[in-house]
Amino acid sequence: MTPFLREKKQFGFEDIPENTAFEAGYLVMKNSGWRSVRPVVDVDKCVGCMQCCLYCPDGVISMKNGKAEVDYDFCKGCGICSKICKPKAIEMESER
Amino acid sequence: MAKKFLSGDEAFAEGVRLARPDVISAYPITPQTIVVERLSEMVEDGSLKSEFIHVESEHSALSCAMGASAAGVRAFTATSSQGLLYMAECLVYASGGRFPIVMMNANRSTALPWNIYGDQRDSLALLDSGWIQAYAENAQESLDLALMSFYIAENKRVSTPFMANLDGFILTHTYEEVDVPETSLAEKFLPPYETENKLDPDAPKNMAFSAGPEHNYIFKYKEHKAMLEAAAVITEAEEKFAEIFGRKYTGLIEKYLADDADYIIVTLGSIAGLCRETADKLRAEGKRVGVVRIRYMRPFPAAELAEVLKNAKAAAVLEKDISFGNEGTVYTNVNSALFKHGVTLPTYNFIGGLGGRNISTADIENIFGTIEKGTDKKVNFIGIEVDENERDR
Amino acid sequence: MSVTAKELCKEEFFYGHKACAGCGGSLAVRNALKVLGKNAVAVLPAGCMSAVGFNFPQLCFGNNAIISTFAGTASMLTGIEAGFRARGITDFTAVGFAGDGGTADIGIQALSGAIDRNDNIIYICYDNEAYMNTGIQKSGLTPFGAKTTTTPAGKNIHGNIRPKKNMFEIAAAHDIPYAATATVGYMNDFLDKVKKASQIKGTKYIHVIAPCPTGWGIPVSDTVEAAREIVDCGLWYLAEYENGEFILNRDPKEFTDVAEYLKKQGRFKHLTDEDIALIVRSRDEKWEKIRKNWKTKE
Repeated sequence: MTPFLREKKQFGFEDIPENTAFEAGYLVMKNSGWRSVRPVVDVDKCVGCMQCCLYCPDGVISMKNGKAEVDYDFCKGCGICSKICKPKAIEMESER
Repeated sequence: MAKKFLSGDEAFAEGVRLARPDVISAYPITPQTIVVERLSEMVEDGSLKSEFIHVESEHSALSCAMGASAAGVRAFTATSSQGLLYMAECLVYASGGRFPIVMMNANRSTALPWNIYGDQRDSLALLDSGWIQAYAENAQESLDLALMSFYIAENKRVSTPFMANLDGFILTHTYEEVDVPETSLAEKFLPPYETENKLDPDAPKNMAFSAGPEHNYIFKYKEHKAMLEAAAVITEAEEKFAEIFGRKYTGLIEKYLADDADYIIVTLGSIAGLCRETADKLRAEGKRVGVVRIRYMRPFPAAELAEVLKNAKAAAVLEKDISFGNEGTVYTNVNSALFKHGVTLPTYNFIGGLGGRNISTADIENIFGTIEKGTDKKVNFIGIEVDENERDR
Repeated sequence: MSVTAKELCKEEFFYGHKACAGCGGSLAVRNALKVLGKNAVAVLPAGCMSAVGFNFPQLCFGNNAIISTFAGTASMLTGIEAGFRARGITDFTAVGFAGDGGTADIGIQALSGAIDRNDNIIYICYDNEAYMNTGIQKSGLTPFGAKTTTTPAGKNIHGNIRPKKNMFEIAAAHDIPYAATATVGYMNDFLDKVKKASQIKGTKYIHVIAPCPTGWGIPVSDTVEAAREIVDCGLWYLAEYENGEFILNRDPKEFTDVAEYLKKQGRFKHLTDEDIALIVRSRDEKWEKIRKNWKTKE
């Protein structure tokens, strides 16, 4: 199961479990704020080789209709995808 | 029920067999070794269906037991002294994770100087590790405690690890006649372990996680509440135990001639027997003396001690421990309980038995005599004469 | 049996974590879990990956996962494996992910114990060559010459004065059923080894180089590149140990320039030509032994 963002984000006294065991893959916050640059995929150049998916440390690149797609909620903008991309289909653009 | 002639270690091993842990991970250390040797034999002959894991250290013994507990099964380990201290990191980890592991600790002196004999400095040094701490007096109680410890630790209101302490050699290696209950009755007493606190293929968990300042505090509070709750569960376990096996225990403390006593020795572990014998002797001479044996140091019997000591004229705390630069840890705990409950009486600390040094009947008579007379010196070392100008801090 | 990007499951099991951008360790953990799938039960000791993945209520593992004590990765794996078996669960893989310090230093005793018992576990060491979580201190796997916060590079001492401990051969010396080296730079090779390990019974040890941009002093986009260059220049090698034999998976005809590899990294910037010559010499000595004693199977 891919961890995903949950509705309930605040945990008060009653909600805190008795033990240190909790539902796997429970996310309450995004990582998008970490980024100063973002990868932008040129779908015309993307050949769907999936090397960017394979080498992304955060696993935020998936394939949609045979082309790379970035989950900007969790991309940290490291730029590994851009470097690994042989057809140069991924450009790093400033977040401003 | 079969009568057997067993040492404390062997009796405890029998109790563990009856409790049917799924995983046993242990590393040898004197005077604990006999427990794990017997359990290995039981696994070999098929009388115990457990995974016996030959870990390479005490740290791994408890880390492995935590893994087993996190996998949702019943886990047991045993250690002593340096071994207990070596696994100290895992002690707080197990209690924080609320893994109801049972561990037998053979109370033994801590180095340096090296010494293999019994005192209680090892377990008392870890009083704050979040484990239930029980102290057995004899082999029968050791067996019964082994069985009850799983019941108490695993109770959902408690879910806290359990350390059962047996005085090194004096109890672990001394043979007594012991009733060994039938397996079927043990099964009736102790159901299989069930928990939600586990890694689960059907509902995956992330476990033993971090919690920041805001949440961490609440986890710790809940850990404390569960330990307090253990007091009621201990009583419940003992009632059920008495119903099935016919042997009765008395909760966090055990009183002997204490209700109407003027002078009381509060102690723990195997020395309580000699204290009771001495009390009998002094009673015959007309002295109103009594004995209170602390059976559980955690949860601490604060209210029970305050109640039993409130009408006494003076009390002595006799323990095989010293917190250097202060006093015995049991004494600190007892005084705190009395103060908290508004009970005022002179109390004295008697420290003895360190490194296995013998405590005699005469020593105990002397304690009763000293507290009856009263003395300026509050913290006393049995058998060591101090300069009369030496004062407590 | 080669694992390719297309064959990996779509599910992510390590997602939303707080690892630094470009983290090699998280790349190794993420992909290994994709190979092992949802039935992987992961143990991670105190260290980077547990610090970034388990902050209640932000819990970043989609599979069963637990933090162990720093020294207790292998021993906790042992307990979990035995516990699951006791519950009658058969379809699971107990896998540990520990860093270089957690493996070669504080965790080596428990790891050795687990291999000795031949417990059915996979132990993956993600090696970023220093205690990165605590702020780049020297570990037993920090290479010769590397500057860390506890092996500063000054006039008198040029960073770390000792070579890396040889964990791969230490694991192999236990006559372990399977051991391998890998790098996140050559991902398919690493993932093939993870898959192979998952099909072998007994203890499996995989040592994967996983650069830490922060600790190595490289741009966050260069993690994969650095992880390839370390193999290409011969300072790391891709190998396996199986059935009592060492097998070299890749025997480069020519190495790329060691100095070039080193000079790109902040941690090696201070090295003199003499220091570098020493590194090259020890590399050549190692390769001479490898080529002489190990089989080659590319």
